[in-house]
Amino acid sequence: MATAFPIASLQRVLRALFIPALALLAALLAGAIVMILSGDDPLAAYSGLFQGAFGDGKGWARTIRKTVPFILTGLSVALAFKVSLFNIGASGQFVIGSVFAVAVGVNFEGLPAFIHLPLALIAGIVGGMLWGAIPGFLKVYTGAHEVIVTIMLNYVASLFAGWTVYAGGTQGQTPGPLWDRTAGAISETQDVLASAQIPWLFGPPYRVHYGIFIALAAAILIWWLIFKTPLGFEMRTVGHNMRAASYAGIRVNFTIILTMALAGGLAGLAGGIETLGLNHKFAPEFGGAVGFDGITVALLGQTHPFGVLLAAFMFGALDGGAATMQFESGVPADIIQIIQALVLAFVAAPLIIRMIFRLRQQTQEEAASAVSTSWGGS
Amino acid sequence: MTQSQPSPNDRHEPDSPKLEAQGITKLFPGVVANKEIDLALHKGEILALLGENGAGKSTLMNIIYGLYQPTEGQILVDGNVVEFHSPRDAIDLGIGMVHQHFQLVPVMSVVDNIMLGSESVDRGLLNRERVAAQIQELADRYNMPVDPNAIIEDLPVGVQQRVEILKALYRNADILILDEPTSVLTPQEIEGLFAVMELLRSQGKSIIFITHKLKEVLRIADRIAVLRRGEMVGEADPKTASQENLATLMVGRKVTLEVEKEPASAGDVLLELRAIEAFTDRGEQALRGVSLDVCAGEIVGVAGVQGNGQTELVEVITGLRPATAGSVLINGRNMTNAPPRRITEEGAICHVPEDRHMYGMVGAYSVADNLVLNSYYKPPFSSGLTMNQAEIAQHAEELVARFDVRTPSVNTSGASLSGGNQQKMVVAREFGRPISLLVAAQPTRGIDVGSIEFIHSQIVAKRDEGVAVLLVSNELDEIMALSDRIAVMFHGQISAVLPRSDATREKIGLLMAGVRADD
Repeated sequence: MATAFPIASLQRVLRALFIPALALLAALLAGAIVMILSGDDPLAAYSGLFQGAFGDGKGWARTIRKTVPFILTGLSVALAFKVSLFNIGASGQFVIGSVFAVAVGVNFEGLPAFIHLPLALIAGIVGGMLWGAIPGFLKVYTGAHEVIVTIMLNYVASLFAGWTVYAGGTQGQTPGPLWDRTAGAISETQDVLASAQIPWLFGPPYRVHYGIFIALAAAILIWWLIFKTPLGFEMRTVGHNMRAASYAGIRVNFTIILTMALAGGLAGLAGGIETLGLNHKFAPEFGGAVGFDGITVALLGQTHPFGVLLAAFMFGALDGGAATMQFESGVPADIIQIIQALVLAFVAAPLIIRMIFRLRQQTQEEAASAVSTSWGGS
Repeated sequence: MTQSQPSPNDRHEPDSPKLEAQGITKLFPGVVANKEIDLALHKGEILALLGENGAGKSTLMNIIYGLYQPTEGQILVDGNVVEFHSPRDAIDLGIGMVHQHFQLVPVMSVVDNIMLGSESVDRGLLNRERVAAQIQELADRYNMPVDPNAIIEDLPVGVQQRVEILKALYRNADILILDEPTSVLTPQEIEGLFAVMELLRSQGKSIIFITHKLKEVLRIADRIAVLRRGEMVGEADPKTASQENLATLMVGRKVTLEVEKEPASAGDVLLELRAIEAFTDRGEQALRGVSLDVCAGEIVGVAGVQGNGQTELVEVITGLRPATAGSVLINGRNMTNAPPRRITEEGAICHVPEDRHMYGMVGAYSVADNLVLNSYYKPPFSSGLTMNQAEIAQHAEELVARFDVRTPSVNTSGASLSGGNQQKMVVAREFGRPISLLVAAQPTRGIDVGSIEFIHSQIVAKRDEGVAVLLVSNELDEIMALSDRIAVMFHGQISAVLPRSDATREKIGLLMAGVRADD
């Protein structure tokens, strides 16, 4: 069995990649149809997209820069999925993480970088964890569904973040606590101190910072947590069968709250890294759209940490190449968002993919077991 | 009892059978699920299909119902060769199936469930009234009263099953396949089902009745076909067959239906229940002051009609349901409302839950992971931060061998095992560690004779090691066979505790029905 293991696991990986890869392909095809309908040349567009994403050093830099937050928000959603929790709140957690990180980043002048930067990153994680734990608590103690609560908290987070950097009004309204007094009427924070900025891996014009390594490490850590530790076993057990988990002596409520907090922490870390590594300040327009994309990335990555890495890289490349595509072919960069949305639609509906590509139906046995377990209750 | 190696030419009927399977072989990767099976079902006949779990009964029925295609062989309906591509084809030819797990939408009404997939439509709108009237007519004709407008999830299991049967009849089924229909029913509901089956038979319907309960087969079937390991090993006539020879045919070796055990030598009191009260999930009082002692080295059986508080009692003892009054003492220690893990560890208690799918296992997990479901965090399976897969696998190999769990490997998912082997897996996990108290709820529900024999002998072995055993079962036979003392539960109370020697079926039956012993 020990010798057969690598082959079996390789087959499993390939099988898991099959549908997501086809979903991506289908979305690109559908995007091409949209372009043809609007009189554009899809070949020119996709060649521009590829050039923009991988054509030169700057392209690679853009792709990697965009990939970082996708990895972390994708991990956030994927981790919650493992416990059968649907974290729609990565967006709000991202924003809160940004605000917490910037609050530490602009203060504490004189701290050495090796203390200040980790402190600011941890602040981002803590902010996201708090924001993620709230829906966990509400689910456990009131039965409020985490989907509703996380969606609502996205608005709360974005409004709260807006207030912290509010420039004050013409009628003398109080400005927000993090507002940069030198920014005039603009609502934004001052730049985070150099000691709290994530150093460049490749400086301008490439602007790739060390955050990519933090994101990669997070993916490995989450994989290890889920599949190798007793805590991960508990989380997966709760995700599969809550009753069996309580039978086995697992603290189900604690596990749910902890998972939501950890998921929030990952999204918060994404916000912290974007703020401390790239934007160097917070302003409302640095919102958490990337948090919503985390849902797509997690699903495209089959909710596996390493799948999330691949999916995030794909999305990073799409975003990284979009501007060049518009410049080269005249196709508006917004088409990329359509393609990303279509990816979600196709991943979420594998049957459509099977139909488009005329794959053999699920074997009847699979279909039969799907039928016979659908209302079985277990 | 007649045993014959069946072949198509073995028996000639004057008219062709209603349904015939000829030379059915079904291969799954690595498994021969069915091997050259011949089967005939006649009009107005109840054919019992008997076999252990994993014998190929469900595969054969799924082929007849169009869910699977046979690798070889053919199906004939009314003498014509047919080919089914989906259940819809089978339904069109009058074959209806009631699955073990009902295929009903819990939040929809009886009418909606019955017409689902063959809706009655007038000018684009559903015509519920017409369907309701048709259902009413069917219900009257076959004596299966049901409120067409009731919501499925509000109905008792027995009535839900009735809806499934009506659903098949609504689609004009002449052939009904009932897959283990009695495993979810109370004794009273079983009698009701049998009455319906007899009525259906008298009106010319043909029924394939899948089960592994020998008593039921002898009670209702016109003919018995026995499957073992994918092959038809013989047919039997219920008039001449006995439980013993059916069991032998089914398992392939001599089976002892009687449990052999020495008289108990009871020791100190290990489990003390004092005036326990608790509520159901719906907020109704389930336990009204239950007091009971179980001593080391004895089996106390709790008999009762399902729903008299047995489920809640087990949950209170194991920490899964809060007691609102009273106390639970295990080995002298107060364990009332303690967390399940503390009860498991400090009480050295093991729990075979009544619903293995819902509580006892994680279907998506491998057999190995299921076997450490409540010990995964302890050495050697876990060394602080990481789990030790090698130890977990080795532990699984040992338990699988010791408890005879039939599985292709310890990496196979728990869900893909047969019911009996799933239960053996649960038993292996619970019995495979040092314990002083065993709480077994319905330990043999829905499993085959061979596994029942094995699990019973394991329970007795635990008793002989000095373990205190609390056995809860709806099967009176099981209670009578295993118990040293019998407690009868009625309406949330223990209405009597009898030594086994004083207990007769009649006495227990009356107590179960709420008649007091001193009346």
